[in-house]
Amino acid sequence: MIRSFFSRATLAGLVLIASFGCTRNHDQEILIGHLGAMTGSEATFGLNTQKGIQMAVEEWNAKGGIKGKKISVKSLDNQGKPEEAAATASRLINQDHVLAIIGDNTSSRALAAGPIAQQNKIPLISSTATAPKLTEVGNYIFRICFIDPFQGQVMAKFSRETLKLKRVAIFRDLKSDFSVGIADIFKAKFKEMGGEIAADAGYQGGDIDFKAQLTQIKAAKPDGLFIPGFYTEVGLIARQARGLGLNIPLLGTDSWDSTKLSEIGGASINGSYFSNHYTVESTDPMVQEFVAKYKAKYNSVPDGVAVMGYDAANILFSAIERTQDLKPDQIRDELAKTKDFKAVTGKITIDEKRNAVKPAVVVKVDGTSNRYVTTVSP
Amino acid sequence: MTNDPNKTGHNPVPEVGTKPSAKPAPKRFAMSFVAPVGAFIALAIVGQLLEASTNQYVQLVLLFMCANIIFATSLNLVNGFTGQFSIGHAGFMALGAYTSAYLSTAVVQNPSFFDFIWFAIAGGLVAAAAGYVVGLPSLRLRGDYLAIVTLGFGEIIRVILLNTPAIGGARGLFGIPRPKEVVLGDFVFTNFYMNYLLAIFWVILTLVVLWRMVHSVHGRKFLSVREDEIAAQSMGINTTQVKVRVFVISSFFAGIAGAVFAHAAQGLTPATFGFTKSVDAIIMVVLGGMGSLTGSVMAAAVVTLLPEFVLRPLTDITGIDLRMVLYSLALILFMILRPSGILGTRELPDLWRKNGK
Repeated sequence: MIRSFFSRATLAGLVLIASFGCTRNHDQEILIGHLGAMTGSEATFGLNTQKGIQMAVEEWNAKGGIKGKKISVKSLDNQGKPEEAAATASRLINQDHVLAIIGDNTSSRALAAGPIAQQNKIPLISSTATAPKLTEVGNYIFRICFIDPFQGQVMAKFSRETLKLKRVAIFRDLKSDFSVGIADIFKAKFKEMGGEIAADAGYQGGDIDFKAQLTQIKAAKPDGLFIPGFYTEVGLIARQARGLGLNIPLLGTDSWDSTKLSEIGGASINGSYFSNHYTVESTDPMVQEFVAKYKAKYNSVPDGVAVMGYDAANILFSAIERTQDLKPDQIRDELAKTKDFKAVTGKITIDEKRNAVKPAVVVKVDGTSNRYVTTVSP
Repeated sequence: MTNDPNKTGHNPVPEVGTKPSAKPAPKRFAMSFVAPVGAFIALAIVGQLLEASTNQYVQLVLLFMCANIIFATSLNLVNGFTGQFSIGHAGFMALGAYTSAYLSTAVVQNPSFFDFIWFAIAGGLVAAAAGYVVGLPSLRLRGDYLAIVTLGFGEIIRVILLNTPAIGGARGLFGIPRPKEVVLGDFVFTNFYMNYLLAIFWVILTLVVLWRMVHSVHGRKFLSVREDEIAAQSMGINTTQVKVRVFVISSFFAGIAGAVFAHAAQGLTPATFGFTKSVDAIIMVVLGGMGSLTGSVMAAAVVTLLPEFVLRPLTDITGIDLRMVLYSLALILFMILRPSGILGTRELPDLWRKNGK
C-alpha cells in the first residue's frame, strides 16, 4: 500500500513538473486574465462578470480581434478568499503571462491582488470595487465604477436640480465609514449648489428605534431626507418616519439595493429615490441592446456585475487596440487616457487617480422593483 | 495502545527525511541539535534553487504550504495525539495572523528580519492565551460538546475581527510587509527568500518541539488521554490539566502558523478564517493520519499543492473548472481506500526503518 502510494505520489510529481513546463503560444493570441469568486457564497459575482467579459470577447473576435490577433480570456476562481486572489493574480501574471487582469469585484480581494499586479507592472482593472483605497495601491490599478463618495455628489445634484429641494436633512449611519463619508460629501455639494442643510442627525447601524432623531428632524421642517445607510435600517426608518407624519421624499445610495428593502419598509419606502450603477429599465438604446443580447445568449437578465464586466472588457480591449505593440506598460498608459468611452453603463472617463468618472442612475422604489428616473452625470 | 510496537519512546531523530541513527546515548543529545540545524541548512539551499527556478506564484504557494504544515501539525496534537475534537482551530490562527500583521504594520515601522520572529511569537502568545481561556472551561467537556464549544469560539473570534475598525473590520488589513531583501556584496537574498527562511525556521521549530513533546513522558500522557481517559485518571494523570496544556501549546503554534500566513499573503480579511479554514486543518490531520506529525506534513503539502499545481493545469487542458469537485472527490476516494490516512499513527522514519530490516 505504502509503496503503491509512493508510486502514485511520484506520478503526481511528474504531472506537477510537466505543468510547469506548459506555456501558451502568445504570438497568435492576446491573453487576458480574469479573477473572481466562482465558487462560494459570492459565486455570482465572478461568474456573471465572466459572462459579461465573454460576450465582449466574442464580439471583438467576430470583428477580427485586435490587430489580427484573437483575444482569449483565462478565468481563475479565487473562491472568494483574498489569499487565493493573491495567488491567482500571481499565477496569471507569472505563469500564464497575461497582458492585463480584470478583477476582482470586491474591494478586499482586489486589494489583495492589486499589489501583485503593481509589482509586476501588469494593469489590473476592477469592475465594481468601490473602496477609494484600491487605486492608491499604484499606477497600474484601475477601476471602471464610481468610488463611494461620488454617490454623495450624485444625490446632492439630483435632489437640488431634479427634485428642486431647498432644505434637506441628513441621517447618517455613524458606524459606517462609507455612510459618514458620503454624508459629508453630500452636505458640502448640496450647500455649494445653494441648498440648505436643515438637520444632520446620526444613528448606529443595528439600531431599531429612530423616533427620537426623526422627531428632531421633523421639527427642522426639511423637504427631503438623505439616508446613506444600509437597507435594513433604512426600511425601519422609512416606516417610523411615515408613522410620525414625516411625508417627505427619502434619498439614498446603492447600499439600499436589495429586495429586503421593500420587505422591511413596506409601502412606506415606495416613492423614495436612490443612486445605483445601472438599471435594466434605462431607456438608453445601448442598454436595451445589451440586455437583449445577453438574454439571447444566457437566457437571464444581466445584473449590474455582468454589465460592468462587459464594460471593463470593452474599455480594456480598446485600450489594447490603441497601443503600438501590445506591451503592458503601453496598455497602462492607454487605459489612463480613456476619455468619454461609450460604455453600457454610461460615458466613462478615467481620471488622474485611475478612478472612473461616469454617470450614476437614480431609481425610484416601487415595491420590489426599482423604476428608472434619471441619469446624473458628474 | 494502538501504537506501532517498533516505535521507540525516545527517538532522537526529529526530522523528515533524515536517516535514523544507531548511535549510542551520549551522541543522541548532539543529534537532536544537528538534525534540525542540518535540515534548516538543507532547506535553505533548496530555497535558493527554488528562488532561481520558479516564479512568484509557485513561491507564494510554497509559503502557504509552510503555514499549512504548522497549522496542521499543531491541530494534530489536539485531535490526533490527545483525541479531543477541536473544530475552531482557524480562530487561533486568525489571532496569530492579526497580531503579527498589526504589529508589523501599525506598531513597528520598517521591521527588520528579526522583528518578524518577535511578531510571530507575540501572535503565538495571544493565541495561546486565548487557547487557555477557551480550553480551561471547555476541556472538561468531551467529544461533541468540545467540538461545539470550539466551533463557537472560532466564530466569536471571526465576528470580533469583523467589527474591529483598528484592524480593518470587514474590509481587511492590507499592505502587510514581508522581510526586506538583504544584500551581501554581490549576493542578493530576495524578499521571498527571507520570508522563506522565516517560514522554514518556524516549520522546523514546530516539528522539533512537537516531536520531542509527543515522544516524551508528556506525550505518553497525551496518548493515555486519547486511549482511555478513565484508565489514565486511575493512573494518577490529571486529564484536564493534560488537555489544557495540549490545547494551549497547539493554539500557540496555530498562532505562529497565522503569522507565517499573514506575511506570505500580505493581506487578511476575517472571511479567510471562517469555519472552512478549520475544516481544512481537520482534513489535513485526518488525511495525514491522526497521530502522525510527518503524516500531517505530507497531507498539508498534498492539500496545498494538489489544487494549485495538479488540478489547475488539468482545468487548462480540459477547459472546464472542476477543480473543487475533483479535489473533494480525491479526498473521498482517499478516505475510502485508506481510512487511517497517509501514515496512520506511524511516522515517516518508521517506514525507512521497516524497509531497512
